[in-house]
Amino acid sequence: MIEGAPWRRWVFFYVPVTAFVVSLLFPFYWMVITTIRPDSELYRPWSAPNYAPFWTTHPTLEHVHDLLSETLFSTWMWNTMLISLAATAISLFCGLLAGYALSRLKFPFAGSIGTAIFITYLVPQTLLFIPLADIIRNFRLGDSPWALILTYPTFLIPFCTWLLMGYFKSIPKELEECARIDGAPRWKAMVYIIFPVAIPGILSAGIFAFTLSWNEFIYALVFLSSPEQKTVPVGVTSELVRGDVFFWGELMAGALLGSIPVAFVYSFFVEYYVSGITGSVKG
Amino acid sequence: MARVAMRSLNKKYDEVHAVIDVNLNIHDQEFVVLVGPSGCGKTTTLRMVAGLESITSGQVSIDEKVVNELPPMDRDIAMVFQNYALYPHMSVYDNMAFGLKMRKFDKPEIDKRVKVAADILGIQELLKRKPRQLSGGQRQRVALGRAIVRHPQVFLFDEPLSNLDAKLRVQMRVELKKLHERLGTTAIYVTHDQVEAMTLGDRVVVMRDGRVQQVGDPMELYNQPANRFVAGFIGSPAMNFAQVRIAAENGSLWAESEGLRIKVPAPITPRLGRYAGMEATLGVRPEDLRIAGAGDAKDLGFDVAIEVIERLGSEILLDVAVGSATMVASVEPTVTARVHERLRLAINPDRVHFFDNKTEAAI
Ligand SMILES: Nc1ncnc2c1ncn2[C@@H]1O[C@H](COP(=O)(O)OP(=O)(O)OP(=O)(O)O)[C@@H](O)[C@H]1O
Ligand SMILES: [Mg+2]
Repeated sequence: MIEGAPWRRWVFFYVPVTAFVVSLLFPFYWMVITTIRPDSELYRPWSAPNYAPFWTTHPTLEHVHDLLSETLFSTWMWNTMLISLAATAISLFCGLLAGYALSRLKFPFAGSIGTAIFITYLVPQTLLFIPLADIIRNFRLGDSPWALILTYPTFLIPFCTWLLMGYFKSIPKELEECARIDGAPRWKAMVYIIFPVAIPGILSAGIFAFTLSWNEFIYALVFLSSPEQKTVPVGVTSELVRGDVFFWGELMAGALLGSIPVAFVYSFFVEYYVSGITGSVKG
Repeated sequence: MARVAMRSLNKKYDEVHAVIDVNLNIHDQEFVVLVGPSGCGKTTTLRMVAGLESITSGQVSIDEKVVNELPPMDRDIAMVFQNYALYPHMSVYDNMAFGLKMRKFDKPEIDKRVKVAADILGIQELLKRKPRQLSGGQRQRVALGRAIVRHPQVFLFDEPLSNLDAKLRVQMRVELKKLHERLGTTAIYVTHDQVEAMTLGDRVVVMRDGRVQQVGDPMELYNQPANRFVAGFIGSPAMNFAQVRIAAENGSLWAESEGLRIKVPAPITPRLGRYAGMEATLGVRPEDLRIAGAGDAKDLGFDVAIEVIERLGSEILLDVAVGSATMVASVEPTVTARVHERLRLAINPDRVHFFDNKTEAAI
């Protein structure tokens, strides 16, 4: 805490924190208010009398209702969930093994392989989707969930590998050596000792990977075309913006509902998550 | 129970030659301590025996069987690490049972062995706790327990007491000694603390820069150090060294330096003969210096000026100036002396050491 006179605490702590929190939360507030605002208020020009952009006196769930009944929103949610979970599972599995190998096994070029994996993570998706689209077409995977389940790991695996590699390095190697002297072959030492100890790191990698896939836009936009295959970010933006008409109420309702699973996952694991990013293991 | 043998053991890392030509025969039931300053290759040697480090050249055998290529799990050893390496996600019981589970012991047997080990170490009440809920000393015991439940052929210890406070360290040292007497398992123990080495070891191996300097039982190292390094390393406070000229006079040898002139005791004279007219290093332990009395021979004494007095209760350490050099003498606690006082010290003639200046070997 900040020491000294109360005004110091206000100037250096409460005021900046409040400003920060307000500016962070404002978009969410805007999303909520737009969702429950009736159309008549939404499309009222700003110069109209009693124009009140920051609150509404006639809250309504009509946009949510429209979103769920007149669009394929629930299908999109389901698609997104399926794709995110599958991509996360694949990436975590590969990331665990690769991260372990890069941090613990001694083999030629281990260092350069680690760097190479990191570099693939740096290639922008906006470039990578062009060759990937070609591959997707050749394998006839277009317009199916597999197109995303198999392409998301291209950026998730490097990400998970690096995060987990760092985490594994923070675990004292004596733990594993002791297990191996105790009679565990390497894979058992890995499964019984290292992985359980690395749970905070594994959870962080998983949550991050899940969020990244949930919010992914470019690949989903390019590789999927029929409305019933789409994911939430693409579905909402492509089906609720027709020509130059923006269905703001439904758009915001979609964004709001779409962010609930991610928010849920975060709040559920937040403790593990924080210790995974910042902490390490104490003996 | 087992014998452990190392034959011309070498370990080279990219830049360092960490262990050089180590030869060591460890007998069944013996407690051998590797001791030396930091970075001398003790841990590396131990890890090669454990199978955690590859062997650059040479051989390690356990009970006549060469184990160079054997993975750690098949060597039937147990190791206690400096940081204990307790499995943080397991209870104390599971920590101790893990090795037995991996070796497919059945439940009742595991239970029995863990209970016995817990009894020996006095940690019965802690079995359900997690390592983070234990104090340092308790963790230490759990780490020991984890090693003894397996009834291994050899115990390996890597500075297991160095994370404990001074008092607990002394206490655990005694317990380790008792434990070894009770179990009789062959043990290799690494430490940089010479007191620990002397009190625990049946034999002590002094290492420096990857090489073994001397192997012997504690009193042998203390009484007959093989070279200047061992002489200075073993014993506390450390041995005093002085540069002296060896002079021959009337058929006997004299060690001379500024403010010091001592007749070389007769038993050493033949060996020191060829150094006549040359420089050598004289070594004498603080406890082998005493305040000269009327009965002391003239030619074994020298005059000093007291610079510092350290009263330790059971003894008094006098830091004295001899010419331009300094020495430490350990004298009776009844001695009354004052700083800057001049007095005469006498050397115990049976316990004077001489070392070659170049090779540092004992003469
Ligand atoms: N993995 C490694 N890679 C390169 N050099 C190493 C490695 N491990 C140890 N060394 C070097 O080998 C030498 C011996 O190290 P070792 O750990 O055996 O020393 P030690 O006697 O156990 O010292 P301490 O009392 O500090 O533990 C040191 O010079 C050290 O720098
Ligand atoms: Mg060491």
